[in-house]
Amino acid sequence: MTEIDLSVELCGVRLRNPFILAAGVLGTTAALLERVARGGAGAVTTKSCGLQPRRGHPNPTVLPWEGGLINAVGLANPGATAMVDILAEARRRLAPLGVPLIASVFAEEASAFGEVVRILDQAEPDLFEVNISCPNVAEEFGLPFAADPVQAARATAAVRAATRRPVIVKLSPNVADICAVGRAVVDAGADALAAINTLGPGMLIDIRARAPILANRTGGLSGPAIRPVAVRCVYELSRVVSVPIIGTGGVTTGEDAVEMIMAGATAVGVGSAFYQRGMGVLEAMAAEMRAFMAEQGFGCVSAMRGLAHGA
Amino acid sequence: MAPSTHLTGRVIRVEPAGSRGVTIVSDIRLSAQPGQFVMLWLPRVDEKPFSLVDDAPMTLTVVPVGPVTRRLQQLQPGDVLYVRGPLGRGFSLAGERPLLVAGGSGAAPLAFVASRLARAGRRVTVALGARTAGELLLAQQFRAAGARLCVTTEDGSEGERGLVVSAVERLLAHGECDRVYACGPAPMLDRVAALCREHGVPGEASYEAYMRCGIGVCGSCDRGDGLLVCRDGPVFDL
Repeated sequence: MTEIDLSVELCGVRLRNPFILAAGVLGTTAALLERVARGGAGAVTTKSCGLQPRRGHPNPTVLPWEGGLINAVGLANPGATAMVDILAEARRRLAPLGVPLIASVFAEEASAFGEVVRILDQAEPDLFEVNISCPNVAEEFGLPFAADPVQAARATAAVRAATRRPVIVKLSPNVADICAVGRAVVDAGADALAAINTLGPGMLIDIRARAPILANRTGGLSGPAIRPVAVRCVYELSRVVSVPIIGTGGVTTGEDAVEMIMAGATAVGVGSAFYQRGMGVLEAMAAEMRAFMAEQGFGCVSAMRGLAHGA
Repeated sequence: MAPSTHLTGRVIRVEPAGSRGVTIVSDIRLSAQPGQFVMLWLPRVDEKPFSLVDDAPMTLTVVPVGPVTRRLQQLQPGDVLYVRGPLGRGFSLAGERPLLVAGGSGAAPLAFVASRLARAGRRVTVALGARTAGELLLAQQFRAAGARLCVTTEDGSEGERGLVVSAVERLLAHGECDRVYACGPAPMLDRVAALCREHGVPGEASYEAYMRCGIGVCGSCDRGDGLLVCRDGPVFDL
């Protein structure tokens, strides 16, 4: 039997497998990032961090529904200065495991993205991810940067100027033309794209309470219901940009991950699947991907990349 | 599947719990392990975790500590309750001669443990402690379950004067118990854990934490060691 190699390369960083803990799930503490890494992650992403501490929205903030999850946590985070310590501690814990650390950042203004990244850069994360696409703070922040190619490019350029580390920009599916945004951020210096952030926003109403259930009223959708949207976005983006894409959105099994890679993704983000399948989800997905590759005669992940596009 | 994320039911009865709290009995019927919890939603206000005192009928004991718990004191029979759950990992219910250690509002999940253990014919001892007599909760429920009760208050207003851990120390030293179930303030749980180790008695404790999702994804309730109170717990081995 041939050896199956799950490792992939993302912006010059080697990942032992393509499974990346997506931002916003479990990435709040160094201990949790280490636990997910020990649970089989190829890389781990922190919860998004901004300049100042934020409490986030009141509860309910995260709810399971029949298609996955809906959430409006509202960018709860300890602020950039406190995050430096968390990142440094996470780096120390992840180094012996060989699992790269991705620091996710957000800001209210394009210039502030650079400020956050400059602060966090001291902690030496392996990569930065720029969250320009949170759908849950529109009341305070206005429309996400990802809604407009010009704004998205400005935020990207600010980060590009603030660090020499690889920069991933996370895109929103809630736009008329995700390819226009993708092209704009790559032109502004993005080294990779992550697609997609949560879909929507959506709303659930409790008909007995006669009220929206989330305290924020609306929230982003994740989980199996959004996977076809994510696959389509990755497929379209991979036709117009040449940078690597992290395919994120509803990936729950190893075969879902293969689908994302065949759409053109280099690596795959996993988030809501931790709810469905628990802490063992990444090891299970790796086994499922290996089984598929053995069945189909693939020796490495890159051999499957973009196959859905045809010759 | 129902178009809602929460189960709905009504308050049947509200009883006083200590001098400031209430025990709310509802018509919601859950199937839960003692130690599991529900997320109780007050529409347009907030959603918070509460340990179950019983699952069928769903019963909660609430003492006023913040805006949500103060509102819950005002519930009347007929009012509607919205809950998600049962959630989390409960107590094992092992042991022939279990010792239950309850500090303050930690009595809530242990009252559920006591009634299940009593039903299984175990000889249950309860060390029930609080700062003062008015903060002792659910003593009647423990007595109704046939438990032997050792009451302590820090100010001596009821039972023995002192901390509940002194009673635990004595009971474990006499070798009367083969398993400990605890719930209460973190310093109390640390002391109980140390006593369990010292006497070679296995123990389990239910922990409290600030929670958001209750389902193991948001990362708000990391104990500090990467374990999530909402999904890996709230009950952990000591």
